[in-house]
Amino acid sequence: MEIALFSMDEINRQLAEADRWETAEIGALMDIAQEPIPDDLDWLNEEPRNKIIGWGQGKSTWGVNFGLACCAFEMMSSAFSRFDQSRFGMEIMRPSPRQADFMIIAGTVTWKMAPKVRRIYEAMAEPKWVVAMGACACSGGTFTSSYAVVPGVNRILPVDVYVPGCPPRPEALINGFIQMREKIRLAKQK
Amino acid sequence: MKSLEEREEVIELETDPYVLNIGPHHPSTHGVFRMRVLFDGEVAVDVEPMLGYLHRGIEKLAETRTYTQAIPLTDRLDYLASMTNNVAYCMTAEKLAGIKVPERAEYIRVILSELMRVSSHIMALGFLMNDLGSLFTPLFYAAREREKLLDLFEMVSGQRLLYNYMRIGGVSQDVPERFVKKAQQFVDEFPGYLDEIDNLLTENEVFRMRAEGVGALSAEDAINYSCSGPVLRACGVNRDIRRDDPYSIYDRFDFDVVTGENGDVYDRYRVRLEEIRQSVRIVKQALRDLPGGEVQTKHAHFLRPPVGEAFSRIEAPKGELGFYLVSDNSIAPYRFHVRPPTLLNLSPLRDMIVGWKLADAILILGSIDIVLGEIDR
Amino acid sequence: MTVDLRVQDIAQQIGERFPGAIEEASADSMVVKGEFIPSVGQFLKDTPRLDFDYLNCLVGTDYSDYIEVVYILESYKHNHRLVLKARAYDRDNPTLPSVVGLWRGADFQEREVYDLLGVTFAGHPNLKRIFLWEGFEGYPLRRDYL
Repeated sequence: MEIALFSMDEINRQLAEADRWETAEIGALMDIAQEPIPDDLDWLNEEPRNKIIGWGQGKSTWGVNFGLACCAFEMMSSAFSRFDQSRFGMEIMRPSPRQADFMIIAGTVTWKMAPKVRRIYEAMAEPKWVVAMGACACSGGTFTSSYAVVPGVNRILPVDVYVPGCPPRPEALINGFIQMREKIRLAKQK
Repeated sequence: MKSLEEREEVIELETDPYVLNIGPHHPSTHGVFRMRVLFDGEVAVDVEPMLGYLHRGIEKLAETRTYTQAIPLTDRLDYLASMTNNVAYCMTAEKLAGIKVPERAEYIRVILSELMRVSSHIMALGFLMNDLGSLFTPLFYAAREREKLLDLFEMVSGQRLLYNYMRIGGVSQDVPERFVKKAQQFVDEFPGYLDEIDNLLTENEVFRMRAEGVGALSAEDAINYSCSGPVLRACGVNRDIRRDDPYSIYDRFDFDVVTGENGDVYDRYRVRLEEIRQSVRIVKQALRDLPGGEVQTKHAHFLRPPVGEAFSRIEAPKGELGFYLVSDNSIAPYRFHVRPPTLLNLSPLRDMIVGWKLADAILILGSIDIVLGEIDR
Repeated sequence: MTVDLRVQDIAQQIGERFPGAIEEASADSMVVKGEFIPSVGQFLKDTPRLDFDYLNCLVGTDYSDYIEVVYILESYKHNHRLVLKARAYDRDNPTLPSVVGLWRGADFQEREVYDLLGVTFAGHPNLKRIFLWEGFEGYPLRRDYL
C-alpha cells in the first residue's frame, strides 16, 4: 500500500496557498458586509410557543465564549465566584461551538478575524443566539473610524442582544443574559 | 518472547512532519494569537507566530486626537494593567511639553502602579496554572484577590477595568479618604493570602516536574532578542528600570530586584511571585509617606508642545513599556508609537519551543504572559 | 541612571572609522546614511567602551520628503544610550539594510515598519506583513493614506 509522504517543499507550498486563501476570504467578506444585518424584531408580536420547551431552553444555556479583547475579562469576572453566572444556568462556557446554544462576542472584531467569527457561528447547531458585548462589538466603539475594524459585529452576524459599555460591568452582562432568556422563551421555533 | 533489548533489529517508524494550527480561537492562547507549529511526531520542529488578529490601528487613530484624548486609547493596550500604560504615556508627554508633576500625584501614581503590578502578576500566575491543567482552582483563588483590588480601583476612578485616570500633569482627581484606609487594610492582609497560594503551588511536585527546565532561555539570547521584564530577570540578568533608570520618585523607596537562574517556566513563576511581595512593600512605604497638596498641574486646554520628539519608558508588569512621541506644535501628536514589551518577549518563541512537546509548547506560551492588545495595538 | 552619551564624541569616532557615514549630528541623535547602518551598528556593538548590545526600539516615521527610521540603542554593562537615525529618501520604494544579524529583537519591529510604512529591509529573513493581511493595499501609517 502506498503511503504518500510529504516533503518540506510540499508543506511550504500548501502553507503559502493557505495564506492566499485567507486573503481571498477576508476580501469576500468585506464585499458582502457593507450594510448591517437588520435586527429581528418579530419575536415581540408572536404567540409564545410551547411553554415548557421555551422555559427549559432559556434556563440552562451553554455558550461559546469568544473573548477577543478587554471585554473578555469582564466576561470571565462574571463567571468567577463574585458575580456567579452559573446561578442563572450559564454553567458551561466552553470554546467549542458544536455543543453551544449561544455565542458571546466580547471585544473588537477586526477584518482579519471576521471570517473566523463567521465560521464559528456557522459551526453552531440551530437554534442559536448571539450576544454582542461591549461597545466595540455593538458598533465599533472607540475604534469605529479605524481602517482595520469591523464597525459593529452586526455587519457579519445577526445579533439578538446588545450589551453596551466599555467594558460593561458583570452585572450588566448578566442583565443581558436575562433579556436573552426572555427572548428564547418567546421566540418562534427556528 | 525476546525482550526489546535482546532483539537484534529494531524497526524505526518514519513519521511525516505535519503542521498544527493552534488557531486564533483557542482557550489557552490568552487572546487571539495564532501559531503554526511543525511537528515531527510529537516534538516541535518549527514555530511560526502569526499576529494581527486584534490590530485596531491605535497609532493611526491617535494622530487624529488631541494629547488628552489619546489617554483612553492607551488604556486599551495592556488591558490588565491599564494605569501603567497611562503613566508611561503621560510621562512622555510631560517630558515633551516640559510639565512638572506635583508630589502628591507622584505618590498616588506609584501606589496605583504597584497595585496594578500585583493584580497583573496574580492573574498571570492563575492563567499559567490553567495552562498546566489544574483547571480553574488556582485561577479562582487569584480572581478572588483581584476582586479586592478592583474595589480599590473603582473607589478611585469609577471603573473596574479601563480607568482613564491619569492626566498629563498629574492625575484627574484626588483619592477619597477611605481609599487610604482600605489600601492599608489590603496590604496588611494580602501577604497571608499570598502565602496560602505559595504553599499550594511552589513546592508542588507535579508542577515542578512539568515546569523545571522547560523553555529555558540563556541570558545572552534574552538580551539579543530585546526581552525585558520578568522574562529577562528569570534568565539571571539583574535589570530593573525602577532601579537602573529611576523615573518618578522610585529612588526614594527601598525594594529588591528579584532574579532567577535558568530562565525556564519555573523561574518565571518564582520571579513573578516574589515581585508581588516587593510591590506590597513599596505600597506600604508610599502609603506611610503620602503628602498633601494638589494633584494636577494646570496646563492649556489644548496642549501644544514645542517641536521635537521624546522617548521614555517605565517598568510595566509585562516588561519595559516605552512611548515615542513626535510633536509639530499642533494639538495632535504627529507620531505616536508604543514600544510593546510583549511583542519583543515573543521574539525568542521559536528558540524556546523547538525541541519540546505539544503540552510544553502551550505552557511556554503561557509563561511569557502575553496580552494581545499590546502586541497588535 | 541611564546616561545619554554625548553624540558629538561618538560622531567623531564614527566619522574617522567610516568617512562619509554621518549626515548630521545634533544634540540628541545622529543621522547615519542608510547603507552604513550595519557597519556602524557592528562597530557600536563590538567596541569595548561602547558595548551597545541591546536594541531598545525601532520606529519609523513618515515626514513628507523622507521616511525616517529611529534606532534606540542601549548598553547593559555601562548603562548608557544612543539614538541613531536613518532616512530613506525614495518615496516609491524606500529601502534600508536590515540589522537582524546584529540584534535579533529587530525581527518583528522591522516587519512592522514594512507593513505599516512600506520600507523594505534588505537582508531580512522573513519580510512579510505582520499585522495586516497579505492582500491589503497601501501602507496605513503614511500621511497620504486615505
